[in-house]
Amino acid sequence: MRGNLAKAFELTNTQVLRRAPLPKSYTDYLGRKLFLFLLTVQGLGAFALITLGVILRKSGVAKNVIHPRIRQEIARAGVALLPMFFFVALGLGFLVVGQTVSALARVGAISYLGSTMVIVVVRELGPLLAAFLVLARVGTAHVIELGTARALGEVEALEALGIDPVHYLIVPRVIGMALGIFSLTIYLIIGALTSGYLFAFLQDVALTPGDYFKQIVESLGWLDFALLALKTISFGFFIAIVTCYHGLAQPLRLEDVSRVAVRAVTQGVIVCVLIDALFIVLYLVA
Amino acid sequence: MSENQNIPAIEMRGVRVAAMRDATFTVVEDVNWSVASGEFWVVAGQELSGKSDLLMLAAGLMSPAAGSIKVFGNDPENFGEAELAERLRVGFVFQNGQLFNQLTTAENLALPLRYQKNLTEAEAARPVAALLELLELAPFADVTPANIAANWRQRVALARALILKPKILLLDNPLAGLGARHRQWWLRFHDQLSRGHELFGGGPMTIVVTAEDFRPWQHPRRKFALLHEKRFLPLGGWNEVETTGDPVVKELLAGHLETTI
Repeated sequence: MRGNLAKAFELTNTQVLRRAPLPKSYTDYLGRKLFLFLLTVQGLGAFALITLGVILRKSGVAKNVIHPRIRQEIARAGVALLPMFFFVALGLGFLVVGQTVSALARVGAISYLGSTMVIVVVRELGPLLAAFLVLARVGTAHVIELGTARALGEVEALEALGIDPVHYLIVPRVIGMALGIFSLTIYLIIGALTSGYLFAFLQDVALTPGDYFKQIVESLGWLDFALLALKTISFGFFIAIVTCYHGLAQPLRLEDVSRVAVRAVTQGVIVCVLIDALFIVLYLVA
Repeated sequence: MSENQNIPAIEMRGVRVAAMRDATFTVVEDVNWSVASGEFWVVAGQELSGKSDLLMLAAGLMSPAAGSIKVFGNDPENFGEAELAERLRVGFVFQNGQLFNQLTTAENLALPLRYQKNLTEAEAARPVAALLELLELAPFADVTPANIAANWRQRVALARALILKPKILLLDNPLAGLGARHRQWWLRFHDQLSRGHELFGGGPMTIVVTAEDFRPWQHPRRKFALLHEKRFLPLGGWNEVETTGDPVVKELLAGHLETTI
Protein backbone atom coordinates (compact mmCIF):
# COMPACT_ATOMS: atom_id res chain seq x y z
CA MET A 1 0.00 0.00 0.00
CA ARG A 2 2.66 2.47 1.03
CA GLY A 3 4.60 1.22 -1.96
CA ASN A 4 2.19 2.59 -4.56
CA LEU A 5 2.89 6.26 -3.92
CA ALA A 6 6.45 5.71 -2.81
CA LYS A 7 7.23 3.99 -6.11
CA ALA A 8 5.76 6.82 -8.18
CA PHE A 9 7.68 9.38 -6.12
CA GLU A 10 11.03 7.56 -6.14
CA LEU A 11 10.86 7.39 -9.91
CA THR A 12 10.07 11.03 -10.34
CA ASN A 13 11.82 13.13 -7.75
CA THR A 14 11.95 16.33 -9.75
CA GLN A 15 12.17 18.54 -6.65
CA VAL A 16 15.98 18.46 -6.71
CA LEU A 17 16.00 19.92 -10.20
CA ARG A 18 13.19 22.38 -9.54
CA ARG A 19 14.80 23.79 -6.38
CA ALA A 20 18.36 23.86 -7.70
CA PRO A 21 20.03 27.25 -8.22
CA LEU A 22 19.57 28.93 -11.60
CA PRO A 23 21.74 27.39 -14.32
CA LYS A 24 24.68 29.47 -15.54
CA SER A 25 24.38 28.77 -19.26
CA TYR A 26 21.67 28.19 -21.84
CA THR A 27 22.83 24.64 -22.45
CA ASP A 28 22.52 23.88 -18.71
CA TYR A 29 19.06 25.42 -18.79
CA LEU A 30 17.99 23.33 -21.77
CA GLY A 31 19.51 20.21 -20.27
CA ARG A 32 17.67 20.76 -17.03
CA LYS A 33 14.38 21.33 -18.86
CA LEU A 34 14.94 18.13 -20.85
CA PHE A 35 15.62 16.13 -17.68
CA LEU A 36 12.51 17.59 -16.05
CA PHE A 37 10.42 16.69 -19.08
CA LEU A 38 11.73 13.12 -19.17
CA LEU A 39 11.27 12.66 -15.42
CA THR A 40 7.73 14.02 -15.62
CA VAL A 41 6.86 11.71 -18.51
CA GLN A 42 8.32 8.78 -16.60
CA GLY A 43 6.45 9.75 -13.45
CA LEU A 44 3.13 10.20 -15.24
CA GLY A 45 3.59 6.88 -17.01
CA ALA A 46 4.38 5.07 -13.77
CA PHE A 47 1.47 6.75 -11.98
CA ALA A 48 -0.94 5.86 -14.82
CA LEU A 49 0.15 2.21 -14.75
CA ILE A 50 -0.08 2.04 -10.94
CA THR A 51 -3.59 3.55 -11.06
CA LEU A 52 -4.67 1.16 -13.81
CA GLY A 53 -3.30 -1.73 -11.76
CA VAL A 54 -5.22 -0.62 -8.67
CA ILE A 55 -8.45 -0.18 -10.69
CA LEU A 56 -8.18 -3.75 -11.96
CA ARG A 57 -6.83 -5.39 -8.82
CA LYS A 58 -9.13 -3.72 -6.30
CA SER A 59 -12.38 -3.57 -8.22
CA GLY A 60 -14.07 -5.61 -5.48
CA VAL A 61 -12.44 -3.98 -2.45
CA ALA A 62 -14.46 -1.71 -0.11
CA LYS A 63 -17.31 -1.31 -2.58
CA ASN A 64 -19.48 0.39 0.03
CA VAL A 65 -16.93 3.19 0.31
CA ILE A 66 -15.53 3.43 -3.21
CA HIS A 67 -18.75 3.15 -5.25
CA PRO A 68 -20.45 6.16 -3.59
CA ARG A 69 -17.22 8.10 -4.13
CA ILE A 70 -17.24 7.16 -7.83
CA ARG A 71 -20.88 8.30 -8.12
CA GLN A 72 -19.93 11.53 -6.37
CA GLU A 73 -17.10 12.12 -8.84
CA ILE A 74 -19.32 11.36 -11.84
CA ALA A 75 -21.79 13.92 -10.53
CA ARG A 76 -18.99 16.43 -10.03
CA ALA A 77 -17.22 15.93 -13.39
CA GLY A 78 -20.44 15.31 -15.31
CA VAL A 79 -23.90 16.12 -14.00
CA ALA A 80 -22.87 19.30 -12.15
CA LEU A 81 -21.36 20.72 -15.34
CA LEU A 82 -24.46 20.22 -17.48
CA PRO A 83 -25.75 23.84 -17.19
CA MET A 84 -22.35 25.19 -18.25
CA PHE A 85 -22.20 22.71 -21.13
CA PHE A 86 -25.69 23.71 -22.23
CA PHE A 87 -24.49 27.31 -22.47
CA VAL A 88 -21.27 26.30 -24.29
CA ALA A 89 -23.24 24.11 -26.72
CA LEU A 90 -25.39 27.13 -27.60
CA GLY A 91 -22.27 29.22 -28.13
CA LEU A 92 -20.55 26.55 -30.20
CA GLY A 93 -23.70 26.09 -32.27
CA PHE A 94 -23.89 29.79 -32.97
CA LEU A 95 -20.18 30.43 -33.55
CA VAL A 96 -19.28 27.39 -35.58
CA VAL A 97 -22.22 25.36 -36.78
CA GLY A 98 -24.64 28.18 -37.58
CA GLN A 99 -22.01 30.16 -39.48
CA THR A 100 -20.69 27.08 -41.31
CA VAL A 101 -24.17 26.03 -42.41
CA SER A 102 -25.03 29.50 -43.73
CA ALA A 103 -21.58 29.86 -45.41
CA LEU A 104 -21.88 26.48 -47.13
CA ALA A 105 -25.41 27.38 -48.25
CA ARG A 106 -24.19 30.70 -49.72
CA VAL A 107 -21.50 29.02 -51.88
CA GLY A 108 -23.78 26.14 -52.85
CA ALA A 109 -21.73 23.54 -51.02
CA ILE A 110 -24.49 22.42 -48.69
CA SER A 111 -23.91 18.79 -49.72
CA TYR A 112 -20.61 18.95 -47.76
CA LEU A 113 -22.41 19.90 -44.60
CA GLY A 114 -22.51 16.42 -43.07
CA SER A 115 -18.83 15.60 -43.44
CA THR A 116 -17.81 19.12 -42.35
CA MET A 117 -19.89 18.89 -39.18
CA VAL A 118 -18.59 15.43 -38.35
CA ILE A 119 -14.95 16.50 -38.75
CA VAL A 120 -15.28 19.85 -36.99
CA VAL A 121 -17.74 19.16 -34.20
CA VAL A 122 -17.87 15.40 -33.63
CA ARG A 123 -14.21 14.53 -34.09
CA GLU A 124 -12.40 17.69 -32.97
CA LEU A 125 -14.14 20.60 -31.29
CA GLY A 126 -16.63 18.67 -29.18
CA PRO A 127 -14.19 16.32 -27.41
CA LEU A 128 -11.40 18.88 -27.08
CA LEU A 129 -13.64 21.63 -25.74
CA ALA A 130 -15.29 19.25 -23.28
CA ALA A 131 -11.88 18.07 -22.07
CA PHE A 132 -10.58 21.63 -21.58
CA LEU A 133 -13.69 22.72 -19.72
CA VAL A 134 -13.59 19.73 -17.36
CA LEU A 135 -9.86 20.25 -16.85
CA ALA A 136 -10.48 23.87 -15.88
CA ARG A 137 -13.47 23.21 -13.64
CA VAL A 138 -12.66 19.86 -12.03
CA GLY A 139 -9.00 19.13 -12.77
CA THR A 140 -7.87 22.27 -10.99
CA ALA A 141 -9.96 21.36 -7.98
CA HIS A 142 -8.32 17.90 -7.96
CA VAL A 143 -4.82 19.34 -7.73
CA ILE A 144 -5.75 21.80 -4.99
CA GLU A 145 -7.69 19.25 -2.92
CA LEU A 146 -5.09 16.53 -3.22
CA GLY A 147 -2.16 18.92 -2.85
CA THR A 148 -3.67 20.33 0.34
CA ALA A 149 -4.45 16.85 1.64
CA ARG A 150 -0.86 15.83 0.89
CA ALA A 151 0.60 18.91 2.55
CA LEU A 152 -1.58 18.44 5.66
CA GLY A 153 -0.51 14.81 6.04
CA GLU A 154 -3.87 13.22 5.18
CA VAL A 155 -2.17 10.78 2.82
CA GLU A 156 0.06 9.46 5.61
CA ALA A 157 -3.07 9.21 7.77
CA LEU A 158 -4.77 7.04 5.13
CA GLU A 159 -1.71 4.80 4.94
CA ALA A 160 -1.63 4.50 8.73
CA LEU A 161 -5.23 3.26 8.62
CA GLY A 162 -4.41 0.65 5.97
CA ILE A 163 -6.29 2.57 3.25
CA ASP A 164 -4.59 2.66 -0.13
CA PRO A 165 -4.51 6.39 -1.10
CA VAL A 166 -4.49 5.52 -4.80
CA HIS A 167 -7.61 3.39 -4.38
CA TYR A 168 -9.45 5.85 -2.14
CA LEU A 169 -8.39 9.19 -3.65
CA ILE A 170 -7.39 8.55 -7.26
CA VAL A 171 -9.52 5.71 -8.63
CA PRO A 172 -12.90 7.48 -8.10
CA ARG A 173 -11.53 10.67 -9.65
CA VAL A 174 -10.12 8.85 -12.70
CA ILE A 175 -13.32 6.88 -13.35
CA GLY A 176 -15.52 9.90 -12.65
CA MET A 177 -13.58 12.14 -14.99
CA ALA A 178 -13.36 9.56 -17.81
CA LEU A 179 -17.12 8.93 -17.73
CA GLY A 180 -17.86 12.63 -17.16
CA ILE A 181 -15.95 13.82 -20.23
CA PHE A 182 -17.39 11.01 -22.35
CA SER A 183 -20.99 11.89 -21.44
CA LEU A 184 -20.52 15.65 -21.58
CA THR A 185 -18.93 15.43 -25.03
CA ILE A 186 -21.99 13.62 -26.35
CA TYR A 187 -24.33 16.22 -24.84
CA LEU A 188 -22.11 19.00 -26.16
CA ILE A 189 -22.11 17.59 -29.71
CA ILE A 190 -25.87 17.03 -29.75
CA GLY A 191 -26.47 20.48 -28.26
CA ALA A 192 -24.09 22.24 -30.67
CA LEU A 193 -25.49 20.52 -33.77
CA THR A 194 -29.08 21.25 -32.73
CA SER A 195 -28.52 24.86 -31.74
CA GLY A 196 -26.38 25.35 -34.86
CA TYR A 197 -29.27 24.35 -37.05
CA LEU A 198 -31.55 26.69 -35.12
CA PHE A 199 -29.22 29.61 -35.83
CA ALA A 200 -28.96 28.59 -39.50
CA PHE A 201 -32.77 28.33 -39.63
CA LEU A 202 -33.03 31.88 -38.27
CA GLN A 203 -30.81 32.98 -41.15
CA ASP A 204 -33.28 31.45 -43.63
CA VAL A 205 -30.92 28.75 -44.88
CA ALA A 206 -32.89 26.49 -47.22
CA LEU A 207 -32.30 23.24 -45.42
CA THR A 208 -34.94 21.18 -43.66
CA PRO A 209 -34.11 19.65 -40.26
CA GLY A 210 -34.59 16.22 -41.83
CA ASP A 211 -31.98 16.87 -44.53
CA TYR A 212 -29.60 18.46 -42.07
CA PHE A 213 -29.58 15.53 -39.63
CA LYS A 214 -29.70 12.98 -42.46
CA GLN A 215 -26.48 14.39 -43.92
CA ILE A 216 -24.77 14.26 -40.52
CA VAL A 217 -25.93 10.71 -39.80
CA GLU A 218 -24.79 9.53 -43.24
CA SER A 219 -21.35 11.05 -42.65
CA LEU A 220 -20.91 9.21 -39.35
CA GLY A 221 -19.29 5.79 -39.49
CA TRP A 222 -18.80 3.16 -36.77
CA LEU A 223 -15.22 4.37 -36.45
CA ASP A 224 -16.44 7.81 -35.39
CA PHE A 225 -18.44 6.30 -32.53
CA ALA A 226 -15.63 3.97 -31.44
CA LEU A 227 -12.87 6.56 -31.63
CA LEU A 228 -15.03 9.25 -30.02
CA ALA A 229 -15.62 6.98 -27.03
CA LEU A 230 -11.96 6.01 -26.86
CA LYS A 231 -10.77 9.58 -27.25
CA THR A 232 -13.02 11.10 -24.60
CA ILE A 233 -12.29 8.33 -22.12
CA SER A 234 -8.55 8.81 -22.81
CA PHE A 235 -8.92 12.56 -22.22
CA GLY A 236 -10.67 11.92 -18.89
CA PHE A 237 -8.22 9.26 -17.79
CA PHE A 238 -5.11 11.28 -18.57
CA ILE A 239 -6.41 14.62 -17.28
CA ALA A 240 -7.23 12.89 -13.99
CA ILE A 241 -3.82 11.20 -13.97
CA VAL A 242 -1.96 14.48 -14.59
CA THR A 243 -3.92 16.47 -12.01
CA CYS A 244 -3.87 13.73 -9.37
CA TYR A 245 -0.18 13.02 -9.99
CA HIS A 246 0.76 16.62 -9.34
CA GLY A 247 -1.49 16.83 -6.31
CA LEU A 248 -0.57 13.57 -4.70
CA ALA A 249 2.48 11.75 -5.97
CA GLN A 250 5.08 14.16 -4.63
CA PRO A 251 5.41 15.40 -1.05
CA LEU A 252 4.18 18.99 -1.01
CA ARG A 253 4.19 21.97 1.29
CA LEU A 254 1.14 24.21 1.43
CA GLU A 255 2.97 27.01 -0.38
CA ASP A 256 3.69 24.62 -3.30
CA VAL A 257 0.02 23.92 -4.01
CA SER A 258 -0.79 26.95 -6.19
CA ARG A 259 2.38 26.53 -8.27
CA VAL A 260 1.68 22.83 -8.75
CA ALA A 261 -1.94 23.59 -9.80
CA VAL A 262 -0.73 25.86 -12.61
CA ARG A 263 1.81 23.27 -13.74
CA ALA A 264 -0.82 20.50 -13.72
CA VAL A 265 -3.29 22.51 -15.82
CA THR A 266 -0.58 23.38 -18.35
CA GLN A 267 0.48 19.75 -18.62
CA GLY A 268 -3.18 18.70 -18.83
CA VAL A 269 -3.65 20.93 -21.88
CA ILE A 270 -0.47 19.55 -23.48
CA VAL A 271 -1.56 15.96 -22.84
CA CYS A 272 -4.98 16.64 -24.41
CA VAL A 273 -3.40 18.14 -27.52
CA LEU A 274 -1.02 15.17 -27.83
CA ILE A 275 -3.88 12.68 -27.46
CA ASP A 276 -5.85 14.64 -30.05
CA ALA A 277 -2.90 14.52 -32.46
CA LEU A 278 -2.64 10.78 -31.95
CA PHE A 279 -6.31 10.36 -32.80
CA ILE A 280 -5.97 12.52 -35.94
CA VAL A 281 -3.34 10.02 -37.10
CA LEU A 282 -5.70 7.17 -36.25
CA TYR A 283 -8.53 8.79 -38.24
CA LEU A 284 -6.20 9.33 -41.21
CA VAL A 285 -4.85 5.78 -41.12
CA ALA A 286 -8.29 4.24 -40.64
CA MET B 1 -1.81 -14.89 12.69
CA SER B 2 -2.03 -15.90 16.33
CA GLU B 3 -0.54 -13.63 18.92
CA ASN B 4 2.41 -15.15 20.73
CA GLN B 5 3.28 -13.49 24.04
CA ASN B 6 6.97 -14.42 23.57
CA ILE B 7 7.26 -12.48 20.34
CA PRO B 8 7.97 -8.78 20.99
CA ALA B 9 5.29 -6.41 19.76
CA ILE B 10 7.99 -4.22 18.20
CA GLU B 11 11.62 -5.16 17.71
CA MET B 12 14.31 -3.02 16.10
CA ARG B 13 17.86 -4.19 15.48
CA GLY B 14 20.56 -1.83 14.25
CA VAL B 15 17.96 0.48 12.76
CA ARG B 16 18.96 3.75 11.16
CA VAL B 17 16.06 6.20 10.92
CA ALA B 18 15.95 8.69 8.04
CA ALA B 19 13.91 11.89 8.12
CA MET B 20 10.40 11.53 6.70
CA ARG B 21 10.81 14.61 4.47
CA ASP B 22 14.40 13.92 3.40
CA ALA B 23 15.47 10.29 3.16
CA THR B 24 19.14 11.30 2.85
CA PHE B 25 19.21 12.83 6.32
CA THR B 26 19.70 10.43 9.27
CA VAL B 27 17.90 11.42 12.47
CA VAL B 28 18.60 8.40 14.69
CA GLU B 29 21.23 5.70 14.35
CA ASP B 30 21.69 2.18 15.62
CA VAL B 31 18.36 1.70 17.38
CA ASN B 32 18.17 -1.57 19.28
CA TRP B 33 14.81 -1.71 20.98
CA SER B 34 12.36 -4.36 22.00
CA VAL B 35 8.79 -3.58 23.11
CA ALA B 36 7.01 -6.53 24.71
CA SER B 37 3.25 -6.99 24.36
CA GLY B 38 1.35 -4.91 26.90
CA GLU B 39 4.27 -2.59 27.72
CA PHE B 40 3.91 1.17 27.93
CA TRP B 41 6.91 3.09 26.60
CA VAL B 42 7.58 6.81 26.77
CA VAL B 43 10.21 8.00 24.28
CA ALA B 44 11.27 11.55 25.02
CA GLY B 45 13.57 13.91 23.22
CA GLN B 46 14.00 17.51 22.35
CA GLU B 47 12.59 19.07 19.18
CA LEU B 48 13.90 17.56 15.92
CA SER B 49 15.41 14.61 17.76
CA GLY B 50 13.58 12.19 15.44
CA LYS B 51 10.71 11.12 17.70
CA SER B 52 8.05 11.30 14.97
CA ASP B 53 10.28 9.57 12.43
CA LEU B 54 11.04 6.73 14.84
CA LEU B 55 7.35 6.27 15.56
CA MET B 56 6.41 6.35 11.87
CA LEU B 57 9.03 3.71 11.24
CA ALA B 58 7.53 1.52 13.95
CA ALA B 59 4.11 1.96 12.34
CA GLY B 60 5.42 0.79 8.98
CA LEU B 61 4.88 4.21 7.38
CA MET B 62 8.58 4.51 6.57
CA SER B 63 11.35 2.08 5.78
CA PRO B 64 14.51 1.92 7.88
CA ALA B 65 17.61 3.29 6.14
CA ALA B 66 19.46 0.32 7.66
CA GLY B 67 18.77 -2.54 10.07
CA SER B 68 15.65 -4.60 10.62
CA ILE B 69 12.30 -3.97 12.24
CA LYS B 70 9.69 -6.51 13.20
CA VAL B 71 6.12 -5.96 14.36
CA PHE B 72 4.73 -9.08 16.03
CA GLY B 73 7.55 -10.96 14.33
CA ASN B 74 6.75 -9.68 10.83
CA ASP B 75 8.62 -7.18 8.73
CA PRO B 76 6.25 -4.23 8.11
CA GLU B 77 8.10 -3.65 4.83
CA ASN B 78 6.41 -6.78 3.53
CA PHE B 79 2.92 -5.85 4.72
CA GLY B 80 0.89 -6.12 1.55
CA GLU B 81 -2.77 -6.80 0.95
CA ALA B 82 -2.49 -10.32 2.38
CA GLU B 83 -0.98 -9.05 5.64
CA LEU B 84 -3.49 -6.24 6.06
CA ALA B 85 -4.87 -7.73 9.27
CA GLU B 86 -1.34 -7.65 10.74
CA ARG B 87 -0.87 -4.07 9.73
CA LEU B 88 -4.15 -3.01 11.29
CA ARG B 89 -2.94 -4.22 14.67
CA VAL B 90 -0.92 -1.02 14.82
CA GLY B 91 -2.82 2.22 15.47
CA PHE B 92 -1.14 5.57 14.96
CA VAL B 93 -2.07 9.00 16.32
CA PHE B 94 -0.28 11.88 14.58
CA GLN B 95 0.89 14.86 16.58
CA ASN B 96 -1.50 17.30 14.92
CA GLY B 97 -4.24 14.76 14.33
CA GLN B 98 -4.04 14.80 10.53
CA LEU B 99 -7.78 14.33 10.29
CA PHE B 100 -9.59 14.24 6.95
CA ASN B 101 -10.79 17.82 6.65
CA GLN B 102 -13.61 17.11 4.19
CA LEU B 103 -15.24 14.59 6.54
CA THR B 104 -17.15 15.10 9.79
CA THR B 105 -15.93 13.62 13.06
CA ALA B 106 -18.24 10.61 12.72
CA GLU B 107 -17.15 10.09 9.10
CA ASN B 108 -13.49 10.34 10.10
CA LEU B 109 -14.06 7.50 12.56
CA ALA B 110 -16.23 5.47 10.24
CA LEU B 111 -13.92 5.60 7.21
CA PRO B 112 -11.29 3.04 8.30
CA LEU B 113 -13.97 0.71 9.62
CA ARG B 114 -16.11 0.96 6.49
CA TYR B 115 -13.12 0.61 4.16
CA GLN B 116 -11.55 -2.37 5.90
CA LYS B 117 -14.79 -4.26 6.55
CA ASN B 118 -16.79 -3.00 3.55
CA LEU B 119 -19.59 -1.69 5.77
CA THR B 120 -22.40 0.65 4.83
CA GLU B 121 -22.84 3.90 6.73
CA ALA B 122 -25.67 2.37 8.76
CA GLU B 123 -23.62 -0.71 9.67
CA ALA B 124 -20.73 1.43 10.92
CA ALA B 125 -22.96 3.79 12.91
CA ARG B 126 -23.17 1.72 16.09
CA PRO B 127 -19.41 1.16 16.76
CA VAL B 128 -18.74 4.77 15.81
CA ALA B 129 -21.38 6.03 18.24
CA ALA B 130 -19.95 3.85 21.02
CA LEU B 131 -16.47 5.25 20.54
CA LEU B 132 -17.73 8.83 20.26
CA GLU B 133 -19.53 8.30 23.56
CA LEU B 134 -16.47 6.81 25.26
CA LEU B 135 -14.24 9.69 24.21
CA GLU B 136 -16.91 12.32 24.97
CA LEU B 137 -17.00 13.32 21.31
CA ALA B 138 -20.72 12.81 20.64
CA PRO B 139 -21.48 16.58 20.49
CA PHE B 140 -18.95 16.92 17.66
CA ALA B 141 -20.19 13.96 15.60
CA ASP B 142 -21.45 16.05 12.69
CA VAL B 143 -18.82 18.76 12.78
CA THR B 144 -15.81 18.95 10.45
CA PRO B 145 -12.32 19.13 12.03
CA ALA B 146 -11.82 22.79 11.12
CA ASN B 147 -14.71 23.69 13.42
CA ILE B 148 -13.46 21.78 16.45
CA ALA B 149 -11.04 23.16 19.06
CA ALA B 150 -7.51 21.71 18.86
CA ASN B 151 -7.91 19.90 22.22
CA TRP B 152 -10.85 17.93 20.84
CA ARG B 153 -9.33 17.40 17.39
CA GLN B 154 -6.53 15.43 18.99
CA ARG B 155 -9.12 13.28 20.72
CA VAL B 156 -10.87 12.63 17.37
CA ALA B 157 -7.52 11.44 16.02
CA LEU B 158 -7.23 9.05 18.98
CA ALA B 159 -10.76 7.77 18.35
CA ARG B 160 -9.98 7.21 14.66
CA ALA B 161 -6.89 5.18 15.57
CA LEU B 162 -8.88 3.11 18.08
CA ILE B 163 -11.85 2.29 15.84
CA LEU B 164 -10.03 -0.73 14.36
CA LYS B 165 -9.15 -2.00 17.87
CA PRO B 166 -5.37 -2.10 17.45
CA LYS B 167 -3.08 -4.16 19.66
CA ILE B 168 -0.31 -1.55 19.50
CA LEU B 169 -1.05 2.15 19.83
CA LEU B 170 1.62 4.63 18.78
CA LEU B 171 1.04 8.25 19.77
CA ASP B 172 3.20 11.10 18.57
CA ASN B 173 3.51 13.72 21.32
CA PRO B 174 -0.16 13.38 22.32
CA LEU B 175 -0.06 15.98 25.11
CA ALA B 176 1.41 18.74 22.92
CA GLY B 177 -0.68 21.90 23.08
CA LEU B 178 -3.42 20.42 25.29
CA GLY B 179 -5.05 22.31 28.15
CA ALA B 180 -4.66 21.02 31.73
CA ARG B 181 -8.10 19.35 31.84
CA HIS B 182 -7.52 17.54 28.55
CA ARG B 183 -4.02 16.44 29.61
CA GLN B 184 -5.51 14.83 32.70
CA TRP B 185 -8.14 13.10 30.62
CA TRP B 186 -5.50 11.75 28.19
CA LEU B 187 -3.29 10.44 30.99
CA ARG B 188 -6.24 8.69 32.65
CA PHE B 189 -7.42 7.24 29.35
CA HIS B 190 -3.96 5.96 28.46
CA ASP B 191 -3.82 4.28 31.81
CA GLN B 192 -7.17 2.58 31.15
CA LEU B 193 -6.01 1.40 27.72
CA SER B 194 -2.76 0.15 29.14
CA ARG B 195 -4.57 -1.88 31.78
CA GLY B 196 -7.12 -3.11 29.25
CA HIS B 197 -10.48 -1.69 28.22
CA GLU B 198 -13.50 -3.88 27.52
CA LEU B 199 -14.31 -1.99 24.31
CA PHE B 200 -10.93 -3.02 22.88
CA GLY B 201 -10.96 -6.67 23.88
CA GLY B 202 -10.08 -6.25 27.57
CA GLY B 203 -6.39 -7.12 27.22
CA PRO B 204 -3.62 -4.63 27.95
CA MET B 205 -2.76 -2.54 24.91
CA THR B 206 0.87 -2.02 23.93
CA ILE B 207 1.43 1.73 23.94
CA VAL B 208 4.35 3.87 22.79
CA VAL B 209 4.16 7.63 23.21
CA THR B 210 6.69 10.29 22.34
CA ALA B 211 7.06 13.33 24.56
CA GLU B 212 9.13 16.41 25.21
CA ASP B 213 8.64 16.13 28.95
CA PHE B 214 8.92 12.96 31.02
CA ARG B 215 7.07 14.25 34.05
CA PRO B 216 3.40 13.81 33.07
CA TRP B 217 4.11 10.18 32.22
CA GLN B 218 5.56 9.25 35.60
CA HIS B 219 4.34 5.75 36.46
CA PRO B 220 6.05 2.76 38.07
CA ARG B 221 4.99 0.31 35.36
CA ARG B 222 6.09 2.40 32.37
CA LYS B 223 9.39 2.24 30.54
CA PHE B 224 11.31 5.25 29.33
CA ALA B 225 13.79 5.98 26.57
CA LEU B 226 15.64 9.04 25.39
CA LEU B 227 16.47 10.28 21.90
CA HIS B 228 19.49 12.52 21.92
CA GLU B 229 22.21 13.35 19.40
CA LYS B 230 20.98 10.67 17.00
CA ARG B 231 21.16 7.99 19.70
CA PHE B 232 18.32 5.93 21.16
CA LEU B 233 18.98 5.32 24.87
CA PRO B 234 16.61 3.01 26.79
CA LEU B 235 16.57 4.31 30.38
CA GLY B 236 14.44 1.69 32.15
CA GLY B 237 11.66 2.43 34.69
CA TRP B 238 10.77 5.68 36.42
CA ASN B 239 13.31 5.10 39.23
CA GLU B 240 16.14 4.96 36.70
CA VAL B 241 14.87 8.12 35.02
CA GLU B 242 14.81 10.00 38.32
CA THR B 243 18.25 8.85 39.41
CA THR B 244 20.08 9.27 36.12
CA GLY B 245 22.77 11.88 35.91
CA ASP B 246 22.20 12.55 32.22
CA PRO B 247 21.83 16.34 31.83
CA VAL B 248 19.38 15.97 28.93
CA VAL B 249 17.12 13.72 30.98
CA LYS B 250 17.33 16.22 33.83
CA GLU B 251 16.34 18.94 31.39
CA LEU B 252 13.38 16.92 30.14
CA LEU B 253 12.38 16.29 33.75
CA ALA B 254 12.69 19.95 34.67
CA GLY B 255 10.36 21.06 31.91
CA HIS B 256 10.91 23.52 29.13
CA LEU B 257 9.93 26.67 30.93
CA GLU B 258 12.44 26.18 33.69
CA THR B 259 15.25 25.34 31.28
CA THR B 260 14.69 28.24 28.99
CA ILE B 261 14.35 30.93 31.68
